[in-house]
Amino acid sequence: MRKIRTYQDVSHSTESELLEQVIEQQERLADRLSPIKCLVAIASGKGGVGKSAITANLAVGLASRGFKVGAADADLNGPSLGRMLNVSGATLGDSADGVAPAKSPTGVSVMSMELLQSEADAPLQWREPSLGGFIWQSSLETGVLREFLGDVAWGDLDVLLIDIPPGTDKIKRLLELLPSLDLMLLVTTPSETTRFVVAKSIRLAQEARIENIGLVENMESHVCPSCGHVSKLFGTEANEEELPYGTVSLWGSIPFDPRLGASTDEGRPLISTDPTAAVSIALQALVERVSEHINGGAQ
Amino acid sequence: MKFLCISCDTVMDFVERQIPGDGTLAAVFECGSCNKEVAMLTNPMETQLVSSMGVKIGGREVPAQPMELSRTSMEGGKAEVFEVPESGLPEHQGHPLSVTWTPEAVGRLDNVPSFVRGMVKRIYTDWAQQNGISEMNPVIMDRARTELGLEGM
Repeated sequence: MRKIRTYQDVSHSTESELLEQVIEQQERLADRLSPIKCLVAIASGKGGVGKSAITANLAVGLASRGFKVGAADADLNGPSLGRMLNVSGATLGDSADGVAPAKSPTGVSVMSMELLQSEADAPLQWREPSLGGFIWQSSLETGVLREFLGDVAWGDLDVLLIDIPPGTDKIKRLLELLPSLDLMLLVTTPSETTRFVVAKSIRLAQEARIENIGLVENMESHVCPSCGHVSKLFGTEANEEELPYGTVSLWGSIPFDPRLGASTDEGRPLISTDPTAAVSIALQALVERVSEHINGGAQ
Repeated sequence: MKFLCISCDTVMDFVERQIPGDGTLAAVFECGSCNKEVAMLTNPMETQLVSSMGVKIGGREVPAQPMELSRTSMEGGKAEVFEVPESGLPEHQGHPLSVTWTPEAVGRLDNVPSFVRGMVKRIYTDWAQQNGISEMNPVIMDRARTELGLEGM
């Protein structure tokens, strides 16, 4: 069999420049994110645990303390941050330097796929070809996410919150994209199924050597709005040593309150509309913890 | 991706790219030793696989535009989401040559969906500046489109 030189044997560039373009994309992303003091990912691996609602309330809580806050909705197929932060219908400034994010009434800079879609109830779809989407769709969506982070003129934020959709693969994709990540908050619930999935996400984050990982237990209890009685929502209470979270510390415990979802869905995060509610107080404790982290305090 | 001329053991050079508009792509490579040319032909799925990375085979004639992949790949993008500068002139970023758009050129630009209009305007203006052209009219637009391979823009 004749010997044909391999790709690695050949140093000569073909001027196809594909690799160079990919490297340039990565450099552009790194340059864009470098002025941002703190990058925080809010993930879980599991769906329906309240990631976006917590992200929206955290964003508003941090902004109310004077931080310059951005919120990137990495859920391209089920975007919700635009609505939750009340920027639906906003236009985006368009310059050669980048696309200006939408500004929420609470001062949060927001980018979400929802802003780009003409119909609110239309699923995200890509142009041609109609076949083979399973081959290229993941790479296309990763590219769009890269643009959400790297082509949006975020400026010198104190913190950029990135709301990651369900699926541990989505967490992995983001980690491969980002040059670094300062903090990953993993949202869990007292459900056994959720714990099982979140344990996978913890392992993924640890294998990616994310230094700061915090758990946020959502729906950890229910406070009766009439009598104030506190009860558990899930019947799967476990001793702390039985939980599959290892040494990952708990950054927040958020009680269940139906108003959290309802108010946030209306674009009025509860943390700002009813700061005395038990759930808002719990969210403020999380805001405090993240504030300390941004300021370089207790980890 | 590299093409090797086995006869000459020479890596072939990229020559040109053609996008016929049916989702396929042709990229021509030439051997610098024997001048033999080959064309790489991709089907729509293969073309999409490469373009979904936000890269161009053969390199870029113009720098990547902000959110270019999102704007050019999305179906059903909101028409007026991107605010196009009123003046009809994009920012020149300190370039000494200012480009004036004739009313006919502005009219043609109005036919471009506003989802990508600002981006397209910048591409044409940058090309004009690089080529020492101070007035953008439909003839110049056609020339730029051909040179830049901007089918559909």
